[in-house]
Amino acid sequence: MTRFVERHPAWALIVIIAVAVVLWLIFAVWPPGLEDAIGRKRVFLNAVFNGITLGGLYFLVASGFTLIFGLMRNVNLAHGSLYLFGGYVGYAISASTGSWILAFIVAFILTALVGILLQVLVFRRMEGQDLRQTMVTIGLSIVFADLMLWACGGDFYQIQTPSWLIGPVELPLITALKSSGEPVYLRYPLVRLVIFLASVIIGIAMWLALNRTRIGMIIRAGVDDRDILAATGVRIQIVFVLVFALGAGLAGIAGVVGGTFQSLSPGEDIRFLLASLVVVIVGGMGSIPGAALGALIIGLAEQLGSVYIPTYAIVVTFLIMVLVLALRPQGLLARR
Amino acid sequence: MSVTHDTRIQIRSPASSAQRQAARGWPDLNNPAAWIVAVILLIMPLIANGFFLIEIFATTLMLGTIALSLMFLAGYGGMVSLMQLTIAGFAAYMVAVFGTSDNANISLGWPWWLAVPTALTLATIFGTFGGALAVRTEGIYTIMITLAIGAAFYYFTNQNWAIFNGHTGINNVATPHFWGVNWRSDIPFYYVVLAIAALCYFGVDYISRAPFGLALQGVRDNPRRMAALGFNVNAHRVAAYAVASFIAGLAGVLQVWNYRQISPGSVSVGACIDILIIAIVGGITRPIGPYIGALVFVLLRTFALDFLVKIGLDGNRFRLLIGLGFLAIVFWSSDGVIGLWQRWRRSQRPQSDRPNGGRGHG
Repeated sequence: MTRFVERHPAWALIVIIAVAVVLWLIFAVWPPGLEDAIGRKRVFLNAVFNGITLGGLYFLVASGFTLIFGLMRNVNLAHGSLYLFGGYVGYAISASTGSWILAFIVAFILTALVGILLQVLVFRRMEGQDLRQTMVTIGLSIVFADLMLWACGGDFYQIQTPSWLIGPVELPLITALKSSGEPVYLRYPLVRLVIFLASVIIGIAMWLALNRTRIGMIIRAGVDDRDILAATGVRIQIVFVLVFALGAGLAGIAGVVGGTFQSLSPGEDIRFLLASLVVVIVGGMGSIPGAALGALIIGLAEQLGSVYIPTYAIVVTFLIMVLVLALRPQGLLARR
Repeated sequence: MSVTHDTRIQIRSPASSAQRQAARGWPDLNNPAAWIVAVILLIMPLIANGFFLIEIFATTLMLGTIALSLMFLAGYGGMVSLMQLTIAGFAAYMVAVFGTSDNANISLGWPWWLAVPTALTLATIFGTFGGALAVRTEGIYTIMITLAIGAAFYYFTNQNWAIFNGHTGINNVATPHFWGVNWRSDIPFYYVVLAIAALCYFGVDYISRAPFGLALQGVRDNPRRMAALGFNVNAHRVAAYAVASFIAGLAGVLQVWNYRQISPGSVSVGACIDILIIAIVGGITRPIGPYIGALVFVLLRTFALDFLVKIGLDGNRFRLLIGLGFLAIVFWSSDGVIGLWQRWRRSQRPQSDRPNGGRGHG
């Protein structure tokens, strides 16, 4: 952080000012002139919170994607299918047992199993052939998409939110002042906040596991140079299987999350594949903090864009990607 | 040992010089199979009825031409671009926007000879711009970025009502009438498609042997060495994108004339991936590959339903069939159907080739 400030003082200043403006927009009571110019503060705050929670969901999908890519150089274009598969599994479990938590566990285990099967049966056979692996994942995503369409049909599914999470909570953020001077606080759905907190916890846990444990050290070594790692006697195939299982399982969890606060239908797999692609392109391939930053940026851009410039929301996302590619092709937080 | 070594060299050298000659001239000219295919394609309207002519052969040629632009980038430039269909779709949209259609508030009503060049120019610029972004990265990153561009365009057309008319798209696009011919009626349209496909095919074939194409293949094989030799690597790549975009744009114009409408469904991500499947299934080392792949794809798409129902399965599982076929091709052959065919020929060759080579030596 200090090094960044030393090396790019101008950029650091711009970032600090931007952060200060955003904090002011969130915490201050807006003067009437501002409300006239860009609308009510409640709308803005809702968009910001939606963007942050959507970013949490994107992070769950993209972190598995970027983990798998970072270690195995395998662009898993079937990642969106794993997401949708996890969502359908979660729906089936929560509809039959009524337990939301159980849906997460089963979805994680089943998608992780699919990931293990993929790694053992398919990707191990074509190690080092990037392009061929990518082609195979495209083929697999087509097959999976059609199998899921066959099994679940084209309907929309939504996973039932558990009763203890239904309803809004009041946040200590003032959206407006009543004419009597009494403040109006922001009310926001509890379930989205819980899910966002959970994705933050998962992200921190992943960061700790990668940076503070032995297995994490092996994975980081594998990201840097897997040939030397294999030469030092680490059973790299087992590490590959583990990482693939974890990445796929995260996609499965994300599927349940997405099924709870959005909906599941054919086509969602491609939407989330695209989202994770853009997130990791912006954040930097193979970097977990990059995925977090990218997910936050893309989630906010999508939500704020859809509120303030509705017809061009997707273009904002795309422009961010173009800008990052033009200024820093390796991604914002990538090392190389 | 030295004697056998020498003879081997002697046997090989005439063969390789012959190959080099073939590489310099038009290799198709002395291949009887190519002439037979050309004649069959030319007299196709006598053989096939309207359905086969347009739904099978013209569609094959159009999809094949889009896939050809991908083959040009992937085979000669080493850049797998998933946005070729997007560029074709962009050209199609531009024809609809500048030409005449039912959506009078969007279409400008220009005559086709003005709208089409404008559309092609814009599509080429669009593709070149996308390419300039994509060449900042390499290999699998290129796939991801071009896929992201394609998907962004799809969602954009869905959301934008001012130019792209949202998810309903633009309907009843006018097709050209001149010299007393309705160029959209089956037989003239087939010949237009055939002519443009042939133009693109021979154009790519020519470029692959022109200095630009050779430099591009050098860039594909070893960019650092080409840079050291003084070639501007990125400029060659961007130029390749420009050429490919023009080809894709031509096919896009034909497509919008064929269906007379264009909507976001035609530029969906699935359709972009279909183009990749076509090129990979056909083989991306030679320009004929995409057309073979397109024929397989179109035949499957058209008849898989009947076929699946006939053997007692659900007819809607056509995409499953396509996906499994694609997986099988990627698994068993690195170069699609062409690769399989060449491998089969090589396995036949030991009986037939040696006396032939001996004759050449004698």
